[in-house]
Amino acid sequence: MAAVDTIEVLSPGLQTTIQDRGRFGFGRYGVPPSGALDTFSLRIANRLVDNFEDQACLETTLMGLRLRALNDVCIAITGAHLRPQVDNNPLKMWHSHVLKKDQILSFAGPESGCRAYVAIGGKLKILPLLGSLSTNLPAGFGGVEGRALQKGDMLQIESTQLKLAAAGRKINAQWIPNYHGTWTLRILWGPQDMDFTDEAKGIFTHSRYTVASQSDRTGIRLDGARIERKNDTAESIISEGLVAGAIQVPGDGKPIIVLGETVTGGYRKIATVISADLPLLGQIKPGDKVQFEPVAIDGAQQALLKMEERINTAVQV
Amino acid sequence: MLYRKPKIRLMGDRAVLVELGEGISPGINQKVRALYSGLATHGIKGIQDLVPSYRSLMVVYNPLVISLDSLESRLNEIWDSLDNTRQPDSRIVEIPVVYGDQYGPDLEWIADYHNMSPQEVIRLHTQPVYQVYLIGFMPGYPYLGEVPDEIVTPRRKTPRTHVPAGSVGIAQKQTGIYPVASPGGWQIIGRTPVKLFDPRGEPPCLIEMGDRVKFFNITEQELLEWRP
Repeated sequence: MAAVDTIEVLSPGLQTTIQDRGRFGFGRYGVPPSGALDTFSLRIANRLVDNFEDQACLETTLMGLRLRALNDVCIAITGAHLRPQVDNNPLKMWHSHVLKKDQILSFAGPESGCRAYVAIGGKLKILPLLGSLSTNLPAGFGGVEGRALQKGDMLQIESTQLKLAAAGRKINAQWIPNYHGTWTLRILWGPQDMDFTDEAKGIFTHSRYTVASQSDRTGIRLDGARIERKNDTAESIISEGLVAGAIQVPGDGKPIIVLGETVTGGYRKIATVISADLPLLGQIKPGDKVQFEPVAIDGAQQALLKMEERINTAVQV
Repeated sequence: MLYRKPKIRLMGDRAVLVELGEGISPGINQKVRALYSGLATHGIKGIQDLVPSYRSLMVVYNPLVISLDSLESRLNEIWDSLDNTRQPDSRIVEIPVVYGDQYGPDLEWIADYHNMSPQEVIRLHTQPVYQVYLIGFMPGYPYLGEVPDEIVTPRRKTPRTHVPAGSVGIAQKQTGIYPVASPGGWQIIGRTPVKLFDPRGEPPCLIEMGDRVKFFNITEQELLEWRP
């Protein structure tokens, strides 16, 4: 099927990138996963428009993008509530719709959460690099020319017609997340919790941290109680592998939650956010409050199974 | 010092660090490489990624496909069978570098810091055959060790907001190459025209973990006329 221009970007907003579920298997080359920060919302958005759940969507931040449909397409918006509109009329989120030729999708600004996902039924005509369409902004590859979307970008999407019939899908209302800006993230201790005193670990789990303004797709920086490492430990460790959700404590004692744009690091990790709570990291924005709650590995496993069950059953066709 | 048995440390519920020894040494790093090859060869279902580094191997897994218990027992099995795994011969990658001036803005500072001439810094930097301990920080960035004691230099107090692609730097005992432009704190002594990372390439990186690297000095003219 011939691909034609389907979507015209009228304005990228604060930052909009193409992201799928991430780029795995190239860690030994220093290549990080990148990918959607909130994979729960990405997967639901894809299911709403009858795509495979790991396909690429547009990830748009706080002040969302503006785009025009050049053909009829099926779309769904999930994730942060950035007040989506079609031709200036509010558009229901977590629900699929037909965006008609020449209609304009825009966002009026953030109400809750940080990143919204725009799924478009069909397949983005972009060559995968190292197995993924995700945009790696620091290294400048993937997505559209390795950069965030710009005004004037044209996206070509194949098989859009076949997906129009998915319009009207929605998710079970009770599964729509509520991003209230006060977060309790479940953690597992480690890999270097032994380098911190029990007192420091107590401070870490009993403090409420404020998300600093320098936070971005590479990490969430926290202001609040300092975490002191044991006296007999050096400031940094020998660089080693790193996954999203790892909570680094650099020399200044202020925790940083690592996101998926790096595979190695030389700071101690006191704890790691469990897989079931990783999607929340994509919705945390500067000024939000964060607390940590330790769980055991069994608890982490149960929570993950519960989330998978939700994703598999949430969408009502 | 190599541990008798690997220490397995959890990083959340979908990654483990398999730590093989204490400190930085070529021996421990070779063991990491051997374990990496062992795991890669066995193709264990549920393993999503493997990240080898100085003294540990990070195994990223999908806990919905493989449990932590089965992963740990597979890791131990493979560790026990390692001695028979033959390592591929390590190749030497030669990297041309133009040192100093606008390409290596910290060369003079390093020379002053060690009370030697810039030529002496270049001579010492191009002397060793370096081991690749880790590719990390960004795609294709090799951590090479170790530079001669005479030119061991701390990182810059204030990192640069822009270090051009191809920049060759020193941080303590390590030397490395920036594959793409980025902010960075290493002392920059020169630049290579060689492309280190190409996401369309197979493999995507010129230098791989386990390779060895030797630098050689080229002129500015050679840099400008360099064709891969």
